[in-house]
Amino acid sequence: MLTIKDLKASVEEKQILNGLNFEVKPGEVHAIMGPNGSGKSTLASVLAGREEYEVTEGEVMFNGEDLLEMSPEDRARAGVFLAFQYPVEIPGVSNANFLKTAVNEVRKSKGLEALDSKQFLKIMQEKMKLVEMDKAMTQRSVNEGFSGGEKKRNEIFQMAMLEPSLAILDETDSGLDIDALRIVANGVNALRDGQRSFIVITHYQRLLDYIVPDFVHVLYKGRIVKSGTKDLALELEEKGYDWIKEEVDATLNA
Amino acid sequence: MSTLQETKITILNSAVFENWVNASPRVDVFATITKDAAQAFLLQGIPTTKHEEWKYTNVTRLAQTAFQVSKSNATLTTSGVTNEKVTADAILIVIENGIINKAASNIDALPQGIQIGSIHDLKDNTAIQKHFLQHADYKSEPFVALNTATFLDAVCILADANVEFNTPIHLMIVNTSNEANVYIPVRVFVAAEKNASIHVVETFSSKGNNTTAFVNAVSEVVVADNAKVNYVKLQGESENTTHINYHRVAMARDSYQHLTTLSLGGGLIRNNLNIRLGDINGTAYLNGLTLARNTQLVDHHTVVDHAMPHCYSNELYKNLIDDKAQGVFNGKIFVRKDAQKTNAFQSNKNLLLSNDATMNAKPQLEIFADDVKCSHGATTGQLDDEALFYLRARGIGEEAARALLNHAFAADVLEGIAHEGIKKNMLDFVNHKLN
Repeated sequence: MLTIKDLKASVEEKQILNGLNFEVKPGEVHAIMGPNGSGKSTLASVLAGREEYEVTEGEVMFNGEDLLEMSPEDRARAGVFLAFQYPVEIPGVSNANFLKTAVNEVRKSKGLEALDSKQFLKIMQEKMKLVEMDKAMTQRSVNEGFSGGEKKRNEIFQMAMLEPSLAILDETDSGLDIDALRIVANGVNALRDGQRSFIVITHYQRLLDYIVPDFVHVLYKGRIVKSGTKDLALELEEKGYDWIKEEVDATLNA
Repeated sequence: MSTLQETKITILNSAVFENWVNASPRVDVFATITKDAAQAFLLQGIPTTKHEEWKYTNVTRLAQTAFQVSKSNATLTTSGVTNEKVTADAILIVIENGIINKAASNIDALPQGIQIGSIHDLKDNTAIQKHFLQHADYKSEPFVALNTATFLDAVCILADANVEFNTPIHLMIVNTSNEANVYIPVRVFVAAEKNASIHVVETFSSKGNNTTAFVNAVSEVVVADNAKVNYVKLQGESENTTHINYHRVAMARDSYQHLTTLSLGGGLIRNNLNIRLGDINGTAYLNGLTLARNTQLVDHHTVVDHAMPHCYSNELYKNLIDDKAQGVFNGKIFVRKDAQKTNAFQSNKNLLLSNDATMNAKPQLEIFADDVKCSHGATTGQLDDEALFYLRARGIGEEAARALLNHAFAADVLEGIAHEGIKKNMLDFVNHKLN
């Protein structure tokens, strides 16, 4: 589904990704962990198509298409979804109106008819349950005045509405208390259907107790330096990143 | 206004002016005032950019162009304009090239307590005798002087005491002339008597071919004790139109006025608003929205004058400026010595949509009372890139995303329009311009 080869990317002339290789197959859940500044969020931003990030080398293929050549909206229409680390507040645009526009743009790109208000409302009501959203939240402006937990729930709600084939969760768990984390994780798990893939970027092993990954990767200095199963996450939780840093730095200096 | 003397007189060819004055069909009872106004205009002339109030808005071109009153015949018919009414049930008054077109209007069967007509027919009315031409200050406003000296016709709307009229009264002000350099004076008079309530809409448009036009409009609105006037002004003329608008509201005790100005078209628009809270417990809302592009210039000068205690005013102006367009906002609030317990708020937010767009904003508070609550804020910025990316990352195309954000920025200006039908119609105009 997603193949990343030798990806190098920089922001403001500073190289962050240094030849990243990575593959995601349909239905897989990959967790990406790593110390601060290792390039986790850069990876998410590059995949979503943020213009400030410059890809200098490498390729990203998504279902046989060159993802890097696509605009952010075309990536979304093709089935890539980024749950933002910092969801943006958009005063004056209601959540429902925003989502209806988005859902219908995605449908249009697939040659499907636009949903009318009634159809849309019905689907919205179903999906709201997944993340325990109340109706008032859909009437409010996008993320405006939302708590941290509400913003992240709103991200997962949007994901449920847009039904992407690849979802990238960028530190969706950061700043959440355990109740909010559980709600978000339940939402994500409900959307695991054996076909949809996830890249779960996180700073904390705790999330992976709730969203159990198939693979765990450690990102350091812009490369994946270690991969394993969920046990690797437990090991990182216990021992921190220093042992991996030492291993990598020793190899680099050798 | 001492600067006036210094800025005179780059006046239009005075022979042309004489023609205008002579062309104006005088209403005898007001001849003293109109003659006085003519003198006041000759004294003031067309202001230059040296005049503080006209610093960013250069209208000297008006003095160099030989404008003339349109000689075109009225062409609009009822069936031709009916689908342009603000609501299907609106009372329509068509003002074509400055003169009421009675045939195209539907003011024959008005409800009890509402009178609408030309000054020529209503000149003996008591409210008109008392207020007409009395409120718009021609001594210090050159374009008011020009209008007062040269108006060809005036629309008068009178609501009797205790009449609550919820049907929109739509003044469709159209330039249909096919001549070049047309001067169109427009004069409106509105009086809501005690406890009356009305909804008035002015729409300005041009239908003529490539006509360079100078529209000079003055509206006087008198709101009596406990009366309520909801007003919307939509400016959507062609880009070769210069539109100078002066809107004066005189408010009595416990009265309410809500004015929304939507400046969507025109080449150069200058709006002068003057709201006088002349007695206790008045409430005034002033909302304004500019959508300017190409080389348009839209200038809003507002004055809210708190003369008496316990009044409330709230002003919200938003300007979206694109391409090489220019926006100007100058908002003055006066709180006079007697106006204790005043609440006066002003907010001006501007969005520059291109690198060549400019905005000049100047809030001015002059407070002479000591027990008041006043605030003002002005911000000018660009479209939020993060928000734009967020929308695109959800599959919304860049253009649609920009339109959505622009719409969101503009939306709350229209929220205050009380009449749902009028609001919907105005939203359609705004959406059309934004998309």
